[in-house]
Formats: sequence, structure tokens, C-alpha cells
Amino acid sequence: MTETKKFNCITCPRGCELTVTLQDGKFQSVTGNFCPNGAKYAEQEVTAPMRMLTGTVKLTGAGLPLLPVVSTAELPKDKILLAAAELRKITVAAPVKYGDIIIHNILGLGVDMIASCDFACIK
Amino acid sequence: MNFFKEADVVVIGGGIVGTAILRELSKYKLKAVLIEKEHDVAMATTAANSAILHAGFDAPTGSHKAVMNVRGNIMFHELEEELNLDIRWTGSLVVATSDDEMFSIKELLARGKANGVQGLKILSKEEVLKMEPNLQNVKGALWAPSAGVIWPFTACVSFAECAVQNGAEVLRNVECLGFVKENEAICGVETNEGVIKTKYVINAAGIYSDVIAKLAGDDSFSISPRKGEYILFDKAVSGQLVNGIVFPTPTKKSKGILICTTTHGNVFIGPNANEQDDREDRAVTAAGMDEIIKSARKLIPDLPLNKTITEFAGLRAVSSTGDFVLGKSKINGFYNAAGIQSPGLTSAPAIAEYVVNELISEAKYTVKENFVKDLPRRKPFLRMTNEEREERIKQNKLYGRVVCRCETVTEGEIVDDIHSSVGATTVDGVKRRCRAGMGRCQGGFCEPTVALILARELGISATEVMRSKGKSPIYYPKESR
Amino acid sequence: MEYDVIVIGAGPAGMAAAQSAQENGAKKILLIDRGMVTGGILLQCIHNGFGVHQYGEMLTGPTYAQRAYEQIKDKKEITLWLDTVVLTVTAKKEVTCVNPERGVKKVVGKTIILASGCRERPRGAIRIPGQRLAGIVTAGAAQRMVNCFGFIPGKKIVILGSGDIGLIMARRLTLEGCEVKAVVEICPYSNGLQRNISQCLNDFDIPLYLSHTIVDIHGRDRVAGVTVAKVDEKMQAIAGTEFQIDCDTVVLSVGLIPERTLINNLPLQFDALTGGPLVDQHRQTELAGFFAAGNVVHVHDIVDYVTEEAMIAGKFAALQAQNNVVGGRRVQIKCEKGVRTCVPQFLFLPDVAEDVKLYLRVSKFVREKHLVVKSGNNVLWNQYLMAGRPSEMIMLDIPADSLQNVTDEITVGLE
Repeated sequence: MTETKKFNCITCPRGCELTVTLQDGKFQSVTGNFCPNGAKYAEQEVTAPMRMLTGTVKLTGAGLPLLPVVSTAELPKDKILLAAAELRKITVAAPVKYGDIIIHNILGLGVDMIASCDFACIK
Repeated sequence: MNFFKEADVVVIGGGIVGTAILRELSKYKLKAVLIEKEHDVAMATTAANSAILHAGFDAPTGSHKAVMNVRGNIMFHELEEELNLDIRWTGSLVVATSDDEMFSIKELLARGKANGVQGLKILSKEEVLKMEPNLQNVKGALWAPSAGVIWPFTACVSFAECAVQNGAEVLRNVECLGFVKENEAICGVETNEGVIKTKYVINAAGIYSDVIAKLAGDDSFSISPRKGEYILFDKAVSGQLVNGIVFPTPTKKSKGILICTTTHGNVFIGPNANEQDDREDRAVTAAGMDEIIKSARKLIPDLPLNKTITEFAGLRAVSSTGDFVLGKSKINGFYNAAGIQSPGLTSAPAIAEYVVNELISEAKYTVKENFVKDLPRRKPFLRMTNEEREERIKQNKLYGRVVCRCETVTEGEIVDDIHSSVGATTVDGVKRRCRAGMGRCQGGFCEPTVALILARELGISATEVMRSKGKSPIYYPKESR
Repeated sequence: MEYDVIVIGAGPAGMAAAQSAQENGAKKILLIDRGMVTGGILLQCIHNGFGVHQYGEMLTGPTYAQRAYEQIKDKKEITLWLDTVVLTVTAKKEVTCVNPERGVKKVVGKTIILASGCRERPRGAIRIPGQRLAGIVTAGAAQRMVNCFGFIPGKKIVILGSGDIGLIMARRLTLEGCEVKAVVEICPYSNGLQRNISQCLNDFDIPLYLSHTIVDIHGRDRVAGVTVAKVDEKMQAIAGTEFQIDCDTVVLSVGLIPERTLINNLPLQFDALTGGPLVDQHRQTELAGFFAAGNVVHVHDIVDYVTEEAMIAGKFAALQAQNNVVGGRRVQIKCEKGVRTCVPQFLFLPDVAEDVKLYLRVSKFVREKHLVVKSGNNVLWNQYLMAGRPSEMIMLDIPADSLQNVTDEITVGLE
């Protein structure tokens, strides 16, 4: 059975409208993408959708209460809410440097959460 | 019986009338306590009205409204200096656009003269347009030089703080639930905190003044709330609108929808007048906004409607008697200052004087020799010269940090307003005192910060900071499951 | 104290402007910001997707801000004043600012770059009926609460307006455990990027009601619900289509306006549609030596273009401060036929023309059109446009030789 799915690419602000053809639920082809990233995204999206996660963890000693964090790679879309809830349990202390690992291997998914920016200590 | 507080006089209601009464009482050797059910004073009618100090030509000659208005206007001229009030004495115009209306304003002139208003005169079209060049369809106007606009919130706070400075007490979050009587005379006020023992009660409960009176056993009047809606414009367009106060020619029901520049230079249009049963419904309606826009366009057709910054509605306490209900009631020890609709703001100090005089003539308290009438000077950062700013920042660094960009309000002013004697405890309380959040972004930028400053200064959690009335938190905690 | 260039605002525009001014020879640059750190609003935009054009990778807002800061932090020519609010700017380029430690300071710039960003339209600007209550917040304020202060603004959320911040907040609040009940948009199309509809709403099954608006807000002290209705083509609510949504918070994402309070009283002209001052291709306003860049000129959808635009402003402000001013002729640009806005609004063309980039927005959704730039009957540039949305800025690069002999008004339109 052949079916088509339409959705927007999220890999860049351009947001191309993708039309994906599936054969028996399997990715066949995509049109509408401006660049190869769109094709990659389209196939991933109909196979096992993945998303980046950003959020905050509590921060002490920096004068500001939160540290923004970002995942080092995409996580399975269906694990995003669970992973976001994980972030609310964490507190770290300043100083923090961009790229510091804040949560190693979140939910055992093989992806780390890292600091999005530096935070120095303040008195 | 256990009392949570003892007083000679309890004032119910912390609006402009209640606080003016409290200040008047504080001139005498007695213990005066004001109770207010909300988190702050100036929370109901005082918080949403036209903010005008009327000259006094509207009300029927001889009515309380007429007498109190003219006297109140004179008193505000004196109080301005003492209480550091924010007033612009702009004068007011009642504009006529037809021959019929010219006839009506001549009637107003005659009534005003009979009421004792000074300086009234009829202006020609040319004279009007010289003052207000943006008006259209003008035939002439009644000019009342003694009218002005006031910043009503701080006026209310200043009355309260002057009273506190003279030994009176302001209790907020205390609601009157009933009265204790002995031999048919009032001897206590039941509240959510317990009973306050007292000899006298003055009812200044605004929209709820008939409810309070009934609790005391006085059913001589009833109050119907009358809603008035307003639209406020960005300061940037004030030049396209009016410089002072412009009324249309009045109808039977109200003074009409006016166009007025506030003390801080924003122009508002409003209010309309719609009776309702609900004493809390202050919703702005689409129909109401259309009504005031349509009416204001008669005088200024080209309203900059893409430059509005807020809309709000207030409720006036309209009495079934058609006039203010003032003075001694049939219940011993129970006095009214009720049914205070327009010109209630202007009349407030005169009402206070009248009601307190009546109480004193009965109760014979003596005058305090050491009443301090002046409040300490406080100048907003916005209005300081750079030299004054430098000086202030040297004393307190927080005056060097601007929190509200639109109105140039500093952290120092906010902190001072929180810690003053009748200090701000809510975000709206801060806003009404020092104007943080009153500007064109309406607190979009500073409101979350102001809430955090309140939490820090009051030693509470940010989630306990309320925006305005009742349970109105700004922040909820993130849940960590 | 006199500076070559004073930059007001140290968000992405201000930092890029300062960097570019330094790279183009300015020796004394003062960069002023009200925040405790540089970065401006980027600091609360903790999501990723920034920097695709500038850095070729997807960065979070704080990372982008840090990258921009690293470009300027060790430059001895740049003085940074944080925790400092500018009180006034005069036509003589005197800047009065205040800080808790420094007090009130007056400084003078040979040139000034205004990079003060934009602000959110409040409820009152669009006159939403209903009670005045706690629980009505702008999307940016909600974002600051959640991402910088560590609180949520409520639990059951309705978002009015589908601008990007509203969409981003729909996802962000969902991730923080809130229930986002709906996004309500008065236009028949979203005002945000398509990818944000996709990843912020569709991913979490949040309904988007297009051609709908909030006609009433209920509650006593705090929001308890809203009434939503469908609107007709004139954006008027259609009676009988109302329905209620139970919520405790209304998040407003109803538009951004350039924050130009500081220059409101200067002898400048403003663009009624962008809300910002009129600028030429160097981002100089009509007042010589006054430049503007970033969201104060026109609200961008992508920060990369803010940086790009601010680099231009920084360069020409620096050149002007060094008296390196090239003469030229002024040519007005007019938008027509479906093009709503264009920045720059006028060109200052020197004898030796230079490439010019136009940043456009269309009035409504269009497909398969040509963007045509003309001067009189001369077609200067013609570019095929597969699809254009009002929410997405369109860039046109006009090469120098096309502009060589242009003297008449330039028009930009769709054909």
C-alpha cells in the first residue's frame, strides 16, 4: 500500500513543506525539500522521529537561579517529556562552562545534556 | 469577650473616602483603626475612576454632592502641598457642539455659580480651540479653572500614611463580617481576624456600603454598582488629543464620556455608565469600548486607536437616595460615608471633615496639639534633575537601577514603596504607588522582576506574591516529579 | 567623555555592531546594556535553532549570545557598561545613562547605534474584552519567568497569537508540565515559522485555532477561562461560534514593536508599518550619525539576520566616526503590490555603487510570484518567489551594477 504524508521540515528556519511517499509504511521518497538535510529529516521522521531537547536545571552560586542546557544529540520524540521532567530534579553549582556535561546519558538514551553557556561564581 | 484590637473609631473601607476620614480622625485624641478587606488600600472605586478634581457645577445646588465637591476642591488645593499629592490644575472644559448644548452649558454656569464655584465662564469657539486645538465640532464651552486631575492611588496612600503618622492604624486583609451591639449601640466589629472593640463605626465601604449598613441594622439606602469603562492611550500620542480635561455636555445619567490627560501625561477616554447587579464584575466589554470610542470621536474624530495601552473599568457606588449618604444613622454609634459616586474623589476630604465633625460633636474627643500634617517629600526619579538623581544614588544605590523602563522607575523607589508605613504588598500595589508597569508595555518587562523584588523585601516566596486582589499569584512553582 | 561609537543595547545587534565598529577602525566604543550580562533577550531563548546562517550550526540562544560576546570581550577598544539604563539621547548625540555604582553619566558619541530591540504588544494594545486579572502575561514575560527565574506562570494555558515566541512557549510550558490547551490566532495563517508549528504544536497535539480570537476573559482574581470565537474576513467575531476554554493563564503573543522610546522625540521619521526609524542601506537614520540595527529597525524572525544587519551599522558608524563619509544621492524605496515592508526604506547611493540587500515582508501568503525591483520603468532586479509568508522575511541581493545610475524612486512589488 502506498501512502503520502505531508509535514514541515524543522531542520532550519526555512521550514520546507515535505511530501513523503511511504510503501507499506516504509519510507520511499520525499519531495519539497530544499536541501539534503530535509531528505534525511523526512526519512527519520517517518521511521523514528527524533528531537533535540533544551531546558534548564537549577543553578547555585551564580546569582541567577537557572542554567540552560541542551542535548548533545537528538532524543526519541516519545522520550522528550520524560527527559524534560528529569531536568527538574537536577541542581548544579557554578562555575559552569559551555559544554560541561550536566546529565550524563539521560534516561540511558546515550545522549548527554550539556551547559548552553558559561556561568561564573559570584559572591 | 476577647478582642483582637480595641479602638474608639473603626473606619470600614480603605478607599479615598475611608483614608481621608482616618486622617481627619487622627487629628483628635482617639484611637482610630481602618479595616480594608483587600491586600491594599485604593482597590475598588478609587482604583478606577476619572481621577478628576471637579469644580462643582454638576450637582444640584444644596445637595451633599454640590457642597462637598466645592469644599473638597478647595481642600485639595491646600492638601496638595501637605500630602505631596500629584495634581495638575488644568481647569476643565464642558464643550457644547450645538445650540441646545450651548443652552445646557449656560444652565451649568448658573448652577455652578449657585454652588459657589469660582471663575466659571463661557468661552467662544476660538477661545476653546486655543486651549484644545484638536477638538472638532466645537460651538463653545464652559470653562472651570479650579478643576484638576489627581493621581488617586497615591492620594489614598498619602491620606492613610498621614493618619498612621499621627497614630491611626490601617489593617489590611481584614473584612467586616458583622457588628456587636450593646443596648442597640455599636460596641464591636466582627472581622475575619476576630472582634475589634469600638465605640463608633464609620462606614466608607463604597460599593458594599449598603451591605455593611444592613449588617449594622441600617437599611435606609441601597447601592447599585454602575460600571464605567476607560481606554488609556500611549503618552506618545497625547499631542494629538487634549491637554486638559474635556467633557461633552452632560446628560441626565452621567457627565458623559470625557477626554482627559492624566497627571502623568497619558490621555484616556471614558467612562460610559451601565448599571449592573454584580459588585465585582469589572470586565471591559467590546460594546462598552465601542460606545466610548464612538462618543469620543464626536470631539476628536481621528483617535489613534493603534496606540492604546490599557482598558479598565470601575464601579461607582450609586445610592438609592440620589445623593451621598453622610453622617449619623439611626443606629447608635454608626456613621455613613456611603453612596460616594462622582464627585466622590473630589469630595473625599470634605466628606471626611463633615462626618468626623458630626461624630466629634457627639463624642467630644479633643483635638491633638501635635498633629503632623506634612508627609515627608518624595520625588519620583523621573521628575528629578540629574543632580538630584546623583545625590539620591549616592544615598541609596538602588536609585541607580531602573526597573521599569517605560516610566523610568528605579528599584530604590520600589523598595521604598514596599517599606513605607502603608506599603505595597502586591505587584499592583507597587504599580499604583510608583508607576512601575504603568507604561506602554504595561509591565510586560518589569512585572516579573517587581514580583521578585516584593518577595525579597517581604521575606516571602515568589509564589506567595499576589498581583492584585485575593488569590492572584504571578508565579507557580515548577513541579519536580 | 567622547566616544567614536556609542551602542545602546548589548543583545545580538549591539554586540555585532560593536564588534564591527571595532573591526572597521573605531578606537573608542561604548556598549551599554541594562542587563547584568550581555545577550539581551537571547538569554531567555534557551531553545535551539539559532545561528544556522552565522555559524552553520544550530545553537541555543545563550550559546549564540556567548559566541557573540567572545568576539568582543577582549577588545580594548570596547568599553562595556552593564546594569546601565539609558535615560535620554539628544540630537547632539549626548547619551545620559544611569547605573547604581557610576550614578548618572553623560557621554557623547561621534556616532550612535541604537540597538534597543523590541518589546511586546500588551493586552491593552489589542483591546481584548474581559476582566483585568492575574494570569495574563506576554509570551516574552512568560519565557523569562520559566527560563530565567524558574517559575511557571500557571498550569492550564491558552496562548493568544501564533507568533514564534508564543509557539516556542507552547512547547516550553508543555515540557515544564503545564497543559497548553490551545493556541488561538485571529489571522487565517500563523504568524510564526512553519517549523515551530510543527515541532512546538503538532509534536504535543496542541490545537491551533486559526481565524479565531478570545472575546472574553473570565475569572475574579485570577483567570478562570476564556471565550473563543471564530472571526470573519474583517477579523470580527462571528456570533454563535463562541466556545469556552477552561484555563488559569492567558499567554499573549500578539506582536512585537520596535522599542524606540529613546528616539521618539528626535527629529526622525518612522515607518508606520515596521514601527522603526527609516534607515538607509548602512542603517543610518535621517539624522546624520544616528544608526539603528536589529529589532528596533524592524522585527526579525531570525537572529542571524540581526547580526548581519548590525555588522553593517557598526561598520558605517565606525567609518563615519573616522570622517570617512562618502557623498551620494538619496533614493526612496516604495513598497507596492503585495510587499508590506522593506528595510532599508531609502538608499544613499555613492557614485561608486555598492551591493544592497533588501529585507522584505509580504502582506499575505503568496505562491509563485516574482519580486520585481524597479526605478521608473527600469527593472533593476527580478527574482522568482516560490512561496512567501508574512511571517518570513525575504532577502533580495541587488548587485551594485544594477544601481549604478539609479536616481528615481525605487519600487518593490510582486508581479
